[in-house]
Amino acid sequence: MSMPFFVPGDDPGASFPELLRRVGLKPETPSGGGVDMGVPHATTCIALRYADGVVMAGDRRATSGNLISHRSMEKVVQADRYSGVAIAGAAGPAMEMIKLFQLQLEHYEKVEGSFLSLEGKANQLSMMVRGNLPSAMQGMVVVPIFAGFDRRRGEGRLWAYDVTGGRYEEREFVATGSGSLHAGTVIKLGHNPQLSGEDAVTLACRALWEAADADSATGGPDALRGIYPVVATITTTGWARISDEVLAERYVAIAAESRSRQ
Amino acid sequence: MSMPFYVAPEQVMKDRADYARKGIARGRAAVALRYVDGIALVAENPSNTLRKVSEIYDRIAFAGIGKYNEYDQLRVAGVRAADLKGYQYSRDDVDARSLANSYAQMLGQIFTHEMKPMEVEILVAEVAHDSEGDQLFHILYDGTVFDEKRFSVLGGDADAMSARLNESWSEGLDLGSAVRAAVSALAGPDRTLTSDDLEVAALSRTNGRRCFLRLSDADVAAHLAASS
Repeated sequence: MSMPFFVPGDDPGASFPELLRRVGLKPETPSGGGVDMGVPHATTCIALRYADGVVMAGDRRATSGNLISHRSMEKVVQADRYSGVAIAGAAGPAMEMIKLFQLQLEHYEKVEGSFLSLEGKANQLSMMVRGNLPSAMQGMVVVPIFAGFDRRRGEGRLWAYDVTGGRYEEREFVATGSGSLHAGTVIKLGHNPQLSGEDAVTLACRALWEAADADSATGGPDALRGIYPVVATITTTGWARISDEVLAERYVAIAAESRSRQ
Repeated sequence: MSMPFYVAPEQVMKDRADYARKGIARGRAAVALRYVDGIALVAENPSNTLRKVSEIYDRIAFAGIGKYNEYDQLRVAGVRAADLKGYQYSRDDVDARSLANSYAQMLGQIFTHEMKPMEVEILVAEVAHDSEGDQLFHILYDGTVFDEKRFSVLGGDADAMSARLNESWSEGLDLGSAVRAAVSALAGPDRTLTSDDLEVAALSRTNGRRCFLRLSDADVAAHLAASS
């Protein structure tokens, strides 16, 4: 492939999606098809603020109709050092969106030599979701959550999106996907902004547990296969994923507590 | 009808090369050298914002000297080419050799076909998983590529600096010694360079996925002070 070279005034700048369009690599918008094409769907993801930053979590299940199509999907991923993105909806376009978003943040950083502001990143994602609107009309809905640590303000921030790219900053927590009602309720009951990191992680685990309990499309902790939700914190030191061993312990405790109430 | 004067192709090429070399010699130099964990890149650059050394991809860095707007254009083209290739294929398929070839093609094309050659010398460095595989590609204004094994010197007075580095470089230097060797090669016997005059970065195998890391002035000062 030849090197992309543009004359000044006709330069795509630091935008990677625009660069893709200019070199003719922009992904095609799927046309035709119906509402039910049987594409895998990703489900519940949550994010909540706590004293040191934010916690993001998501279950690992992808479903096609009533079948489980994938057991270990990672819907919560690191976007860059200080932010993460979680996605519910049609898995194919969602994964592509995550990949493009990560690339865009890194591309901007390298071309410009500086980080985008957290607000700027949230806005970029908004544009990508809006760009997906034609696919959403075909049933390929993608609804992300964006969360990160804002180093200018010194606090964690989170955003919810809608299908049209609408971007809503939330103060306490966000939940998206089929199990979001149950997960959101659990967080709402247990949340306060001064939660410690440990309590915030436990609350996130608990929320996904309850969502999995009531929503068939949300996967619970799978001790048999050793598959646990993806849980990560984003603080002043950046993104840190909680290890499966720690999550296994949390879920043993949650299960014991549920049993004691029977 | 006016007749253009005939100028021999040899003369045209020589004039262009002289023009480019003069432009390059006016600027400050840069050095890249292998050390135990990767490749150190040291440039003489009093500016803290207009970079000579920067990141291209996970394991690839770029250094350019000469005319800023020209090598910066090349740097951005490199970032774009690398990101596009990584997007289209896989992150592992992005390599310095093909990037260096693209740069060489482009510089060669501009040297022979454009009004004016680019007054730049650039370096594409790639850190491998073991020190045997580290690569340094030094590319000149006319598209000539050199594949260098130990270190690479970019700049007008490259011969003298290479001679000095030849004395001080050895296999398995640590980062501090590598920086000191590079700085004394850049400075020569008659000058002293402080951390304010320098831009230092490294491609380190120990830095995770993105190997590129920039050293702060304080880090550089600490490395320089450790010499005595």
